[in-house]
Amino acid sequence: MLQKLKIRGAKMNLQVELLEQDSIQYFKVIGEIDAFTAPILRERLATVEGTPNLQAELDLSDVDYMDSTGLGVFVGFYKAVKANGGHVKITGLNRRLSRLFEITGLSEIIDIEKKESEDHDATI
Amino acid sequence: MQPYDYIEIKIPAKAQYVGVARLMISGIASRLGFTYDDIEDLKIASSEAITNAVQHAYQDEEGEVVVGCALFEDRLEIMIADHGGSFDFEETKKHIGPYDESAEVEFLREGGLGLYLMETLMDEVKLHHEEGVTVFMTKYLGGERGEEDVKRTASS
Repeated sequence: MLQKLKIRGAKMNLQVELLEQDSIQYFKVIGEIDAFTAPILRERLATVEGTPNLQAELDLSDVDYMDSTGLGVFVGFYKAVKANGGHVKITGLNRRLSRLFEITGLSEIIDIEKKESEDHDATI
Repeated sequence: MQPYDYIEIKIPAKAQYVGVARLMISGIASRLGFTYDDIEDLKIASSEAITNAVQHAYQDEEGEVVVGCALFEDRLEIMIADHGGSFDFEETKKHIGPYDESAEVEFLREGGLGLYLMETLMDEVKLHHEEGVTVFMTKYLGGERGEEDVKRTASS
């Protein structure tokens, strides 16, 4: 049973899709996460974070920009899920996003999975 | 004649315009010939400063944030100024720094990361209080930590 929900704010450069498969809540985040769009992401994640023993996976492979506002949302989500006995896994990190998680020390705390075939010759 | 070109944008202190200023920074950095990684660093660092200005300078009142860029041959200097209230830098500074693996989850700070990122991603960051907060940030072309970023030359 695959349920797909899509929320797209007008003029927002961010989409959050929830694909619920078995007991895993799989979120696909697409676009830019900054001061403007982070509240949408936070709101979206808040709908599931209180679920006991939640197994959540956040796929960020199509996030092309993120700053501390996004990190703040993920830290908040991680804390809430962990407090309810669940687990958060963040996947699809490109080199840029991995760096952000690494320099802030978050990669040591949150379960992170890098993108497998990272393109090192990204164009501008 | 001044020895550098100067570009400035003034945006309403609203979150939806942070991305607009970021696009300007990205365009300028690209014009100066910064590498892909450096451009991304500049986008994040300046967005952090602009976000701070937008979120903390004006609580409920209307306001503006000025982002000025001085384009030198060897570096980009960015000035971000709010002219309203300000966040408490000393207080903020106490809370900046990388997350500690051993720290309790409850103490993970959700805010306070912005300033840390600015300092990490730029070569120099200075703050200045006087009728609000002004952030000065500098990034040098060719970077002080040039590692893998040598591929691209300023040819655009």
